[in-house]
Amino acid sequence: MDAANHMGFIVASYAAAVAIVGVLIAWVALDYRTQRLRLADLEMRGVTRRSAPARPGPAIEQAKEKA
Amino acid sequence: MAIADLANPSRFLKFADRTIPWLGGLTVIVFAYGIDQAMLAPDDYQQGATVKIMFLHVPSAWLGMLGWGVMSVAALGTLVWRHPLADVAAKAAAPIGAAFTLLCLVTGSLWGRPEWGTYWVWDARLTSELVLLLLYLGVIALWRTVEDPSRAARAAAILTLVGAIDLPIIKFSVDWWNTLHQGASVFRVGGSTIDPSILLPLFIMAAAFTLLFFTLHLAAMRNEILRRRVRTLRLMQASAVS
Repeated sequence: MDAANHMGFIVASYAAAVAIVGVLIAWVALDYRTQRLRLADLEMRGVTRRSAPARPGPAIEQAKEKA
Repeated sequence: MAIADLANPSRFLKFADRTIPWLGGLTVIVFAYGIDQAMLAPDDYQQGATVKIMFLHVPSAWLGMLGWGVMSVAALGTLVWRHPLADVAAKAAAPIGAAFTLLCLVTGSLWGRPEWGTYWVWDARLTSELVLLLLYLGVIALWRTVEDPSRAARAAAILTLVGAIDLPIIKFSVDWWNTLHQGASVFRVGGSTIDPSILLPLFIMAAAFTLLFFTLHLAAMRNEILRRRVRTLRLMQASAVS
């Protein structure tokens, strides 16, 4: 079988693999960055989990004042 | 650290933070070696150079099925033990398994054109693989539709276990029906029909794809745990303000 005739199919397959795996890796990496930023933003505003050391922020302080 | 300790999300996050860079590095090394060996492998006596597509097609097919297998085990964890980390594992595996199944279908189609003279045929192997992709998309849609994660997990777990019936259908479709797709040639009674000069690079590529799957799965599980923390904190914030 002539390799040159089918080189396009081979190259297209490897290109598809690079594209699909690349999108997958980028999606996981971007999602991680997004979640870290959201968590950091909430913690900066003083919203923390019960198990985490509390840092007072505007949202919690306002709620305490209201109460 | 005992394996049971990883059931605690905070400990799991620490484990993931430590493991992902090493696992990622190992994946790159094994991929580099696998691609090198795949490119050096001789052409097949019948298929010629197009056999190089096999080094992508076969591992992605295995990983597509492994993804659903992981989700099925996690689904049991969700339904029997109601463990949140099982929900996280199932949800994180779905897009990764879907991507590998898509890659299997694309590379199979590109391999089919020069070998069979067509990109697609509705034979049992190809159709059951397409059904797997649709099942993945269905589970992903279900996760995104139901807002409460624990309710979504139970619904997705049931769909996952029902969908697991597709795995033996994919595997044995070439035995049960007369298909254009070739029969089993790697794992079969009587040994593989593939020459070791092609079989060895295939196994190295399969190892690389498997490492990639578990690296991405671990990273996606970490993302999902963080997403749930964000959700919990936002709910706490909303209830504190109101």
